[in-house]
Amino acid sequence: MKRFLSFLLVLAMTAALCACGGGKSQSSGSEFTVGISADLDTSLDPHVSSSSAGTREVLFNIFEGLVKPDTEGNLIPAIAEDYTVNDTADVYTYTLREGVRFHNGNPVTVGDVVFSLSRAAGLETGDPLVADVAAIADVRAEGERTVVVTLKAPDTEFNSHMTVAIIPEGIDPAREVVGTGPFRFVSRTPQESVVLERFDDYWGEKAVPSKVTLKVIPDAQTMVMSLRSGAIDLAARLSSSQVSSLGDLKVIEGCNNIVQALYLNNDFEPFRDIRVRQALCYAIDKQKVIDLSADGHGTPLGSSMFPAFGKYFVPGLTDYYKPDPAKAKALLKEAGYEKLSFTITVASNMPMHVDAAQVIVEQLREVGVDAKINQVEWAAWYKEVYSGRNYEATVVGLDAHGLAASDMLARFQSDHAKNFVNFRSEEYDETYAKAIATVDGDAQTALFKQCETILTEQAANVYLQDVADFVVMQKDVTGWRFYPLYVMDLSTLTRV
Amino acid sequence: MSSVLKKTGVLIATLLLVSLLAFLAFQIIPADPVTMMLGTDYTPERAEALRHQLGLDRGVLVRYWDWLSGFVRGDMGVSYSYAVEVREVLRGKIAVTAALSLLSWVLVTAVSIPLGIALARYKGRKLEQITVSLNQILMSVPSFFLGILFTWLFGLVLRLFVPGRFVPFSESFWGCLGYLFFPALAISVPKTAKTAKLLRSAILGEMKQDYVLTAYSHGNSRWMVISRHVLRNALLPVVTYLAMSLADIVASSIIVEQVFVVPGLGRLLIASISNRDFPVALCIVVMIAFVVVVMNYLADLLTQAIDPRVRLS
Repeated sequence: MKRFLSFLLVLAMTAALCACGGGKSQSSGSEFTVGISADLDTSLDPHVSSSSAGTREVLFNIFEGLVKPDTEGNLIPAIAEDYTVNDTADVYTYTLREGVRFHNGNPVTVGDVVFSLSRAAGLETGDPLVADVAAIADVRAEGERTVVVTLKAPDTEFNSHMTVAIIPEGIDPAREVVGTGPFRFVSRTPQESVVLERFDDYWGEKAVPSKVTLKVIPDAQTMVMSLRSGAIDLAARLSSSQVSSLGDLKVIEGCNNIVQALYLNNDFEPFRDIRVRQALCYAIDKQKVIDLSADGHGTPLGSSMFPAFGKYFVPGLTDYYKPDPAKAKALLKEAGYEKLSFTITVASNMPMHVDAAQVIVEQLREVGVDAKINQVEWAAWYKEVYSGRNYEATVVGLDAHGLAASDMLARFQSDHAKNFVNFRSEEYDETYAKAIATVDGDAQTALFKQCETILTEQAANVYLQDVADFVVMQKDVTGWRFYPLYVMDLSTLTRV
Repeated sequence: MSSVLKKTGVLIATLLLVSLLAFLAFQIIPADPVTMMLGTDYTPERAEALRHQLGLDRGVLVRYWDWLSGFVRGDMGVSYSYAVEVREVLRGKIAVTAALSLLSWVLVTAVSIPLGIALARYKGRKLEQITVSLNQILMSVPSFFLGILFTWLFGLVLRLFVPGRFVPFSESFWGCLGYLFFPALAISVPKTAKTAKLLRSAILGEMKQDYVLTAYSHGNSRWMVISRHVLRNALLPVVTYLAMSLADIVASSIIVEQVFVVPGLGRLLIASISNRDFPVALCIVVMIAFVVVVMNYLADLLTQAIDPRVRLS
């Protein structure tokens, strides 16, 4: 008995002593450990895994296109140092920068660029891997440093899609992760971590961290704990409820750059009636949604566009529908749906959308609408709602691949493959088609704005907000930069 | 001997059944691996091609047979999510979960037996009410809750370890053990309380037997009676319980790993289910089933070895 107890005591003490050894020091010097809430996608092939935002924001550090976005949302030259476009906006000519190298040491040649763009656009297979560049009709090299891209139809915004990654010709992109970005991929351990290292031959400003370990921590509470214990140096995209229990860490607030809305399946019988959709818009007070689900942090929105888009954003649409329960009731009565009930399907792994849905359900009850929340797994949400379109309503956030207006607006064309809300409006289709074909910048902007206005007037969805994004870091970490896009730039992280 | 053969047969049949049920369960849940692999931009043709490439367009039983015959030969298939062999995905993770479970089990055994004896030995003392009710409380606290409590108390307040910074074996054996000690503690507390209670009541039950009176009449002290005579009989159900509880511990460690960011099988199992990475999920499920079944089996053998009466029946 005594022996047992002393054995235990020794065990406990050894454990405690060993653990103390860890002490306070972070992953030292220019090495950083960053928490991410989900493991990266299956394939790190940049042309295939353009799917989940969480993977894309990490790949941003590894791969580059001919151009890349800067922190203001402008496109800056990357692998191409310059480009020209013809008057009809259907032939783009890129001049490659000299001295750009892949992570495997090989220089980037016109052959690599032609290969990458052809592959992404599916020129050989007829099946584009990246939908954004499906408009490419032909890519060819002229000389050693020039690549000419010909489009199927004029598109003044095409350059913004040239952020599509350039990879070396002849590798297997599913197995080898080779790009030109400031970081090179070292390794990944499933559900555990991804390791990146600084690429010392980077053509531009070199990354500050010598090594970044991305740790996969799916649980919100565990993420907070790992920040407090110092196990990780930084975590982005935290919610206001996570931030409230953080103690004395550094917190900076930005935007997630998404359009969070109660997306309505316009094919669901009651929602075919515009009056019902408008009634929901009047019934839901978006400011209250923001106050109750995110402690007042967030930017209210009125259409499928967020402020980071600058000139395309129409601020006036935000308050197009002022909260007015009486009007909502009247509209529902007029449409014959006084006893409306429907289900909101939400992905359970996204607390910010689940929380918003809960507030919405309460607000709808006040106008006699009976909404129920159905929480499903991400995979099921994806299959049933997004690709199957078999739902009534959902709360989710849509982000943009780039800062072209089409990144947000293309999907609402009646027959677009990603029009998961089944929005149909001839007026919208015409306006959008006109906008894409317009070469004059101002006229085009006006047309895109008109598209947004149509979405609002037609009450395509009940637009809510651009959700606040909290980035939390240890006190000695600086250098985080927000982008107007869903990216995570690790190259400027510094320790003071 | 024939009973051993029979039990082994039951063991194999159980494993087959578990794997078949798990396999079928994956056919029922919505969404298939292909939708998760292809992301948002894909055409039905590409999905069909991938389905064909993975062999998902064949019948369920054909696929099950393929999987089974591969598994028996030691080929566990290729993970959909990581495009590498399942063996590769699981590498290192099995050892971590095994170490955590074993450490928890050792803690349970090492603490619960002396504790149970003490609780029985000091029956009727003033403190009894308090210790027994405390024990009752501890045994009903879920280990993930204790985990959250311990990371806060030992990690953030007392700074005994850094929650979230796991030390791998390869880096430092003692460091690893030191980190695993805290999740193991969280897992073992409720189990220890349960085992101690079981032992206490077993001892108290035995104390009412006639042979105890005889032992007292020989002039033995209470302590002597318990340690020499009663314990041998009272430990019987406890040993069985301890052997079987290892399986339970493996299950709890899968949950507790999440709280302590321990890179074991737990997160991989959950992630592979939500990503529909069947080869990985199936492999883990079968391994856990294996542990459960084998531990039950060993518990049976152990009971037989200790208690000749069981053998007779």
